Amino acid sequence: MASAIDPAAAVPRLGRARWHWAEALPWLALAAVPFVFPGYLALGCQVIVMILFALSLDLILGYAGIITLGHAALFGTGAYAAGMLSAHLGWNEPITGLLVAGAAAAAVGFVSGWFLLRYHGLALLMLTLATAILLQELANTLAPYTGGYDGLLGIAIDPIFGRFANDLFRQNYYVYGLIVLLAAFLIARRVVASPFGQSLVGIRENVKRMHAIGAPVHGRLVAIYTIAAAMAGVAGGLFAQIHAFVTLQVMGFQLSGAVLIVVILGGAGRLYGAFIGAAIYVILEDQLAKLSPEFWEFGVGLVLVATVLFARRGLLGIAEDLTARLRRRTP
Amino acid sequence: MTALALETRDLHNRFGGLEVVRNLNFNLAPGARHALIGPNGAGKTTFVNLVAGALSPSHGAILLHGRDITGLVQAARVKRGIVRTFQISQLFRNLTVLENVALAIAERDGIARVLWRGLAAFPTIVDEAVALLAGLDLAADATTAIRALAYGRQRLVEIAIALALKPSVLLLDEPAAGIPSAESHVILAALDRLPPAIAVLIIDHDMGVVFRFARRITVLVGGLTLAEGTPAEIAADPRVRTAYLGESILPDGVGR
Repeated sequence: MASAIDPAAAVPRLGRARWHWAEALPWLALAAVPFVFPGYLALGCQVIVMILFALSLDLILGYAGIITLGHAALFGTGAYAAGMLSAHLGWNEPITGLLVAGAAAAAVGFVSGWFLLRYHGLALLMLTLATAILLQELANTLAPYTGGYDGLLGIAIDPIFGRFANDLFRQNYYVYGLIVLLAAFLIARRVVASPFGQSLVGIRENVKRMHAIGAPVHGRLVAIYTIAAAMAGVAGGLFAQIHAFVTLQVMGFQLSGAVLIVVILGGAGRLYGAFIGAAIYVILEDQLAKLSPEFWEFGVGLVLVATVLFARRGLLGIAEDLTARLRRRTP
Repeated sequence: MTALALETRDLHNRFGGLEVVRNLNFNLAPGARHALIGPNGAGKTTFVNLVAGALSPSHGAILLHGRDITGLVQAARVKRGIVRTFQISQLFRNLTVLENVALAIAERDGIARVLWRGLAAFPTIVDEAVALLAGLDLAADATTAIRALAYGRQRLVEIAIALALKPSVLLLDEPAAGIPSAESHVILAALDRLPPAIAVLIIDHDMGVVFRFARRITVLVGGLTLAEGTPAEIAADPRVRTAYLGESILPDGVGR
């Protein structure tokens, strides 16, 4: 039966599977950085790692509505997995290293998610925080393997494809990180546009209704949590490979809080919010830290307060409102 | 004798010391139009929650088409055909009417677990949702977000979602709640058009709705069945009037 209603217009989220020209902008901007700011690629690498990490949080927070204060536990699992693979087992090939990092974090995400995702609201917030603290303490206790408080040394990653080494200016690693980010983004975009992704939006919007239409809510949440965990793990692995050094901070509360700020600042539930949020957060942190090494967090806090007060839906929310207003004015 | 669509045996539910539903034996025949009425706190919504699987009974059994489903979770019961609506609309407020129904259809067909193909790969979902909305006079609202929709129309979307799941037993928890009685005829018209094969149990305070729709009525008081019978029998039953504290619960012209 052919319906009179265009499916893409009737179900806007169907239409989202198609590419919009504006989606090219963040990628063009990221691709232009080595040419425009060749001296800032180390900072660029930090931005890329943060985007990837925030993208994974957006999958669970922005789409499925899972709130967590312990997302760094999964980033840290990936960082330690990739780092220990090289430092202890001598496995220095970077791409398989990232896959191992993703798999390790996915395993931790699956097991912890199975228990955690029976809870929601404040209980979930506290339990995710507690899980991250437990894992961080575990990493501290296993000092012979993780380096504990002193950090994990002895990571020596091979050049990518045997050719592109981790140079001082991070030229090769910037490109490497960008390709990894693109691959992860394509997966995330596909997942959120799928029927599965839509059922996550349903869970976020009204979990009672999802139960009543027969959705296996817990299973769906564990599934997306595991996918997001793998992505966070890859971000952590990338971090470990870039810096050739891992400390306990990769599992820290500060990082869990930072990635939450990034997603809220950029705009949750949009994927591209992670790009804007991460770029602003990392660059702001870098600039403010130069201005005032002790006081930079004040500036970050100020930006967050302004976002929550004036732009509940993040910077992308503001952008959407502006384009909607412009479109109304010019029919 | 054909198997009952729904049967409860000694269904019992306790919240702490409060016994909300007490050893309830209830039968629903296939194609039934049955109403459950009773004063506030009689245990009507608790009964719906028990049958739908949102609550677990303290003891007792629930049978669907002769098969025991007491141990099944809510999602599994929906798959077997028990579907409920809510007294207070439970909709996806930021999604359109069509999306609300499409999510239910995707869930029913097992498409909702598909992770690697776009929703656009399943155009029949949209076609079916559009047809369903047309049948409920909701086609004009298809692309409207729920939050922008009048509450009376939202009540129709509740019914549309339930029908999208192709139930064999439909539990309607006050389908006309929250809308002015002048508009309840829209809901009544929708109820009249429910597929005849579905066994329907309706809970309502609006006796106009109950006496027009139901062919059998069960009166629940304090978690116990007080009376059961045809609308005429219930209207004539003095115990029912007493249970409602002497209020005349009946619409004009009924039982007099």
